[in-house]
Amino acid sequence: MSTVLETQGLEVFYGDFQALFGIDVSIDEGETVAIIGANGAGKSSFLNSLSGLASARSGTIILDGRQVGGTAPFDMVKLGLALVPEGRKLFPSLTVEENLQMGAHGSTVDRGWNLDAVYRLFPILRERRKQLAPTLSGGQQQMVAIGRALMANPRVLLCDEISLGLSPSIIRDVYSAMTEIRRRETTIVLVEQDLSAALKFADRVYCFMEGRITLEGTPDTLSKQDIQRAYFGA
Amino acid sequence: MNLLDTVIQGVLLGGLYALYAAGLSLIFGVMRLVNLAHGDFIVLIAFILLALSTSLGISLPYALLIAMPFVFALGWGLQRLILNRALSGDMLVPLLVTFGLSIIIQNGLLEVFSADSRRLSLGAIEVASVQILGISMGVIPLITFATAVLAIAALSFLFYQTPLGRILRATSDLPDIVQLMGVDPRKVFAIAMGISFVVIALAAFFMGVRANFDPSAGPARLLYAFEAVVIGGLGSLWGTLAGGIILGIAQTVGGAINPEWQTLAGHVVFLIVILLRPSGLFARGNGS
Repeated sequence: MSTVLETQGLEVFYGDFQALFGIDVSIDEGETVAIIGANGAGKSSFLNSLSGLASARSGTIILDGRQVGGTAPFDMVKLGLALVPEGRKLFPSLTVEENLQMGAHGSTVDRGWNLDAVYRLFPILRERRKQLAPTLSGGQQQMVAIGRALMANPRVLLCDEISLGLSPSIIRDVYSAMTEIRRRETTIVLVEQDLSAALKFADRVYCFMEGRITLEGTPDTLSKQDIQRAYFGA
Repeated sequence: MNLLDTVIQGVLLGGLYALYAAGLSLIFGVMRLVNLAHGDFIVLIAFILLALSTSLGISLPYALLIAMPFVFALGWGLQRLILNRALSGDMLVPLLVTFGLSIIIQNGLLEVFSADSRRLSLGAIEVASVQILGISMGVIPLITFATAVLAIAALSFLFYQTPLGRILRATSDLPDIVQLMGVDPRKVFAIAMGISFVVIALAAFFMGVRANFDPSAGPARLLYAFEAVVIGGLGSLWGTLAGGIILGIAQTVGGAINPEWQTLAGHVVFLIVILLRPSGLFARGNGS
């Protein structure tokens, strides 16, 4: 498998506060990678820097062998990186279908994701398509957020805390849809606080602590003690 | 005082105020920008129409048609070159920038056109009237009102029925997140300002036909526009029409009681509305 996305020495600052320290990550085509870590570990900063929402002060982001660091978010999505942001961030004055259609503005290629495909993945959204996004339940809103990102026909899908605030049964539904997305050979980078969901779903895991990578490996080779040490520094 | 006649004249006047206000409402709705130079742009475009009409020897409606694409480009360029830079950060910056633009426009117009009052002439139609249900109504006020309704209906259609409208609403909701959809909000803001300027051109045309104007006439137009937007509810296009009508009725009723109270009556109604319902009568999110 070839490397589709790579970062080298990525450093991100918010004013004087340094959120990421020299992050080196390499993700292969079709791979599902989970970024785990405690609150404030830098996971979301990492995804935001990949999507262009947070600009890296130093280091490089390489997509398909091309340096794309510093690219604006509206161009990054056209290069194939689509983000499902933390907290869903749906457009409140738009209906479900309009939210999904907004995602298609970032699409430059056809990888088979369109309204019909998203409605097949999340049938409930077809029934709710005329409703304003804020009137949906949390789980349905998360489905819209994932569907909206898929409408960009991304090469790499970046998902930030997709299980946050959802009940276990809804989390199972969401991850069942994610399995279908993975089956369609979409590369997935997943930031997740639900450790068991992340370890069950991902091919490979990076653990972040205080803006640094403290552990990397496949779920079956990492022991519980390794993860606890990397997660909490204890 | 014939109350029905007075109210109907107020409704028709409200059409003009709604045209003043629609562009302001659109810009506030999309980018939360209060354009303090809005009234001066109305006056500037009225002078442009006057200059086009007299220099090319064409009638005013043709001058308006010819000016439309250039006016759109003027709004687009203003946003791309100046206002987008002012939008990132402190809310005070765009207020100061548009206040500065207001001063520049007034002084520039004074330099080029002098302080003399001008008027846009449409000929005999200016004084024509029709009798409807026994009430005499001016043809120009009727056309102004119909234009206001059509302009707001067109803007509503654009906003709620077209892909561009979807992008405008999404950008208004979450300008950061819309970037993740492949949309550059700076370009969206420029298109919105261009559309606002097209509406401003309509307002300039009818203002110039219905009243005298001079380089210092802008701030009063801004005030009426602002009052109509606030009465109607920030960000609500049909609310803006209602706000204009309420303001117009308040002024004509006040003027009928005592001519000195005309403008004051409008301000009083505005104050009552912001005291009782600060977000306006038909604000988005009020369930209206």
